[in-house]
Amino acid sequence: STAGKESAKTRPLNRVLIANRGEIAIRVMKSAKRLGLQTIAVYSDADANAMHTRMADHSYHIGSSPSSQSYLDKQKIIDVAIASNACAIHPGYGFLSENVEFAEMCAKNDIIFIGPKADAIRDMGIKSTSKTIMSAAGVPVVPGYHGDIQEDKYLLEEAIKIGFPVMIKAVRGGGGKGMRISLNQNDFIQDLESARREAMKSFGDQSMLIEKFVSNPRHIEVQVFGDSLGNYVYLFERDCSVQRRHQKIIEEAPAPHITEEIRRELGTAAVRAAKAVNYLGAGTVEFIYDPKDSKFYFMEMNTRLQVEHPVTEMISGTDLVEWQLRVAAGHELPLKQEELKLNGHSFEARIYAEDPENNFMPGAGPLVRLETPVPTSDVRIETGVRSGDEVSVHYDPMIAKLVVWGHNRETALRKLRQSLTQYNIVGLKTNVDFLLRLSNHSEFQSGNVYTNFIEDHHKELFPTTDTSPDIMCSGVIALILNEKLSQTNRNNVSSEPFSPFNICDDKRLHEVPVFRFFELIDSNNKSHEIKVDFNANQTFNIKVGNDVFSNISAEYEPKDNELSVEMNGIRTKQRVLITDNMVSIFTRDGSHSFETKVPDYLKTQSVDSVTDSRTVCAPMPGVIDKILVSENQSVKSGDNLVVMTAMKMEYVIKANTDAVVDKLLYKAGDNVPKGAQLLSYK
Amino acid sequence: MNEGGDQKSRQRHTSKGKLLVRQRVNELLDPFSPFLELSPLAAHDCYDNEVVNSAAIVTGIGRICGQECMIVANDATVKAGTYYPLTVKKHLRAQEIAQQNRLPTIYLVDSGGANLPHQSDIFPDVNHFGRIFYNEAVMSSEGIPQIAVVMGSCTAGGAYVPAMADENVIVRRQGTIFLAGPPLVKAATGETVSSEELGGADMHCSTSGVTDYYAHNDRHALQITRNIVSNLNRQKKADITVSADVAEPKYALDDIYGIVGTDLKKPFDVREVIARVVDGSHFDEFKAQYGSSLVTGFARLYGYPIGIVANNGVLFSESALKGSHFIQLCCQRKIPLIFLQNITGFMIGREAESSGIAKHGAKMVTAVACAQVPKLTVIIGGSYGAGNYGMCGRAYSPRFLYMWPNARISVMGGEQASDVLTTITRDQKLRENKTLTPEEEKAIRDPILAKFEAEGSPYYSSARLWDDGIIDPTDTRRVLGLSLSAALNARIPDTKFGVFRM
Repeated sequence: STAGKESAKTRPLNRVLIANRGEIAIRVMKSAKRLGLQTIAVYSDADANAMHTRMADHSYHIGSSPSSQSYLDKQKIIDVAIASNACAIHPGYGFLSENVEFAEMCAKNDIIFIGPKADAIRDMGIKSTSKTIMSAAGVPVVPGYHGDIQEDKYLLEEAIKIGFPVMIKAVRGGGGKGMRISLNQNDFIQDLESARREAMKSFGDQSMLIEKFVSNPRHIEVQVFGDSLGNYVYLFERDCSVQRRHQKIIEEAPAPHITEEIRRELGTAAVRAAKAVNYLGAGTVEFIYDPKDSKFYFMEMNTRLQVEHPVTEMISGTDLVEWQLRVAAGHELPLKQEELKLNGHSFEARIYAEDPENNFMPGAGPLVRLETPVPTSDVRIETGVRSGDEVSVHYDPMIAKLVVWGHNRETALRKLRQSLTQYNIVGLKTNVDFLLRLSNHSEFQSGNVYTNFIEDHHKELFPTTDTSPDIMCSGVIALILNEKLSQTNRNNVSSEPFSPFNICDDKRLHEVPVFRFFELIDSNNKSHEIKVDFNANQTFNIKVGNDVFSNISAEYEPKDNELSVEMNGIRTKQRVLITDNMVSIFTRDGSHSFETKVPDYLKTQSVDSVTDSRTVCAPMPGVIDKILVSENQSVKSGDNLVVMTAMKMEYVIKANTDAVVDKLLYKAGDNVPKGAQLLSYK
Repeated sequence: MNEGGDQKSRQRHTSKGKLLVRQRVNELLDPFSPFLELSPLAAHDCYDNEVVNSAAIVTGIGRICGQECMIVANDATVKAGTYYPLTVKKHLRAQEIAQQNRLPTIYLVDSGGANLPHQSDIFPDVNHFGRIFYNEAVMSSEGIPQIAVVMGSCTAGGAYVPAMADENVIVRRQGTIFLAGPPLVKAATGETVSSEELGGADMHCSTSGVTDYYAHNDRHALQITRNIVSNLNRQKKADITVSADVAEPKYALDDIYGIVGTDLKKPFDVREVIARVVDGSHFDEFKAQYGSSLVTGFARLYGYPIGIVANNGVLFSESALKGSHFIQLCCQRKIPLIFLQNITGFMIGREAESSGIAKHGAKMVTAVACAQVPKLTVIIGGSYGAGNYGMCGRAYSPRFLYMWPNARISVMGGEQASDVLTTITRDQKLRENKTLTPEEEKAIRDPILAKFEAEGSPYYSSARLWDDGIIDPTDTRRVLGLSLSAALNARIPDTKFGVFRM
């Protein structure tokens, strides 16, 4: 099918610059490399050793870590493209991907911008313009009244025309102020007046607009593609309803509970939208979908490759980056609409460094340990980081996208859950457990997704449970076995590899009992004491609180972090990751991390903490140079108090507690003996 | 017995944040590594109604940061860790082992000092309390590190344990060191002072300089001690070849129970025991057909070469000659010797005496006594009379000596002893033309039998430190392996034998 007519204006791509970072840069490079293209990466200070920097054929440093001084610096990127002889720039998503000016700069410098023409980006970037264009092209938009006439009666008539329920919104509104949902004709006037009063108070203006209100809407979007020869296709739809902080967290294709008819309607509407702006390349048309009447309304068009494009690739058997590169080179779309077949079901879960329990607050920090499922044709891991890398504060905290495929939704979902349990991260808080709970939720399993899903199911998605003792038991066993393995390894490389002192079997002669205490601190900062009795037959009895587990035998394989525990004839496998001061257990139901207690003596900074923190003494005999505080002055621990000279050296005596100075016992110029108290605290 | 003092004293001890003595040992050792604990039954039933478990002191050899060390740890839960006569004996024995085998010695001190009611049995003599400090000084002079950890009180003489050490550690608000405690100071000088002011960690670490390292608690102190050991800059250099092919015995160790049994009169083939001790059950027997009541040969134990001398019956002249020959071989080649004792004695009677059993036995005793290779003895059955000497009994300074629970040790069997005594009495009576009535005979025999029965028991022996502990026969391989490994910390000197009577 690709051997059809080709554009006369094709232009071979040899080198492509990827003006992005992280997983999408890598994703683009993979396809580019497969097509034999040379790849040019750009990187900031923070990304000097990043995966994408290492993967490209050539990588150019473009500035300091903040994206405004690197990935968003248009001129610098254009300069690199010219210097590196790149004939095309792939912008990825985010950063410059929908930047009109940048697209124009590319055109001016005769560099192919892999994306639509600047006009299309501009038009789709302005909400009112895009709606007008779509409306004219016959794409359904949310019905509403945006006119100047503000008479009660007229507005009511408009509302009836639109159909209840409707949203009454202040034209200058924001933050939910001056906004009312009117459920029926009878209440309309009352709601309108109430909205006006509030708007007047908040914005000093009471002009209102009326829009159709969709309760519990779904977010459904259609992947479209256009080439320079005027061909358009849609690659089916994705459901991206489940969101937190107005950002997608889990996406799937196709959208559940959508009939073939609606699917076709969505697709053709999306193609109409693309045609309306002479769209080139990959784009996404987003719709609000009302599950009650199966109606959908145009929301906006994203003129780039989306984060969630892999689910579409999985169900359509395509490589959308390859398509982008081909189309950008002036080639025809590889497939026609009738050649595109929807096959199976796919999910994408976005793994973020964030704290779901704390309103999904984004996080940053080191990925001390990172273990992923083994990628297969059905399980894709799109990531830009490796174990030991850092999630930088400068960029998006997404760690990876986990993409799975199955013959149907149920299989795909099962695979998603399994893969999530194999996505083990230590070092920072992630949303993996939350994704697992989300994908386990019965309503999610039934495909009853909508934009308010997380808020509505908050209680089940954030259960409050105490850490179960058997989990702690596993943690301690893994710690013991890991310690034993490293001891064995040390023994094996010692000068006496066969010494009987190497025997590590917990057996004490004369049947002396061997036991040890461990202390684990859970995520709620609660400390748990665990007693382990070592039995001579290499089993353990473990006591956690009032729970006693007897005759446990276990094996730990640190290479794949697998702990196999046998208790009461039942063998259970878990993944356990051990770092310096953490033990993390990953089960099929989620993960549990514990801090392994740091001995008290390691917490104290120095061994001479015995000295009373409330005394300030001269460390040597000497002369007071300067007194830096006065009586009744408050000082903080670490503040400089007194400077003295002794044996030709200057000593600064600092406060080692927060206190208020009572009396100064010496003055500058005084000779003081060793150990003399220099001042007193209140 | 292995738990130390009674529940109440253990509770009192741990409530102060202190670890129990064997916990301390565990924390000190490399994780999961073995501990060769010595004489845990010391002082058992020795002080009438007083229970002094393990003689209130735990001694043994363990590995710290890869370095095999002797650990001497007071158990403050037993009689406040005070020194009974057998406590002193056990402490000195541990030091003797440390000195012979050049093992760095770690003293975990937590003791109330001398047990005053027994002072005359622990203070003045050569092998009494003072010898502890003498040994510390001498070992230090020989380059054997002496490290003390003050985890409780070190009063009076006890103060010298840390003071004589090369390096020491003290736990704050727990360890104290002073020549006289506050009550004695008050009595003698009228001065009122708290024990912390008088000899606590703060004072000794910052003012007196008596102690070197300041620890916040037991665990911290033990960690510091490990660091000290890791800085000793010592390397074990054995003068022997080590096989790279170490296989466990082919025969199950717990078969030993069935082979040996409890009836010492029932003979067993000692090769069955050897097969359950040595690597791969591989034993190259020397002079198998000659003097066959003594089994000699070469084997490996955890890769180390060993020569085995084991009894398979009473010692004849030929057996003694073969034994002497074999011991000479091992000394020449610097191969450590292991003695498996199950011996009623040398053959007696006219034929034996006329064949010169006395001089042949003397040759073997000379060879055993002079042998400078490490000697390890296990009494696996009877140990009677001169057999005990020829087979490297305690008096022949084996580096270690262990007993099996079925073993018996005495100058002769109880039966024989009572026979001897009745015969003498009967002869006396005969000279006076009297006869010995069965009642009279019983009155002589029974107390002798009972006495030999009690005193020949390994528990009687072990309680008195005549051995280094009773071991489970199935642990024999491991115990010998650990002991041999420890013994190889000292270089093996050349042996110079005395005059062999030919």
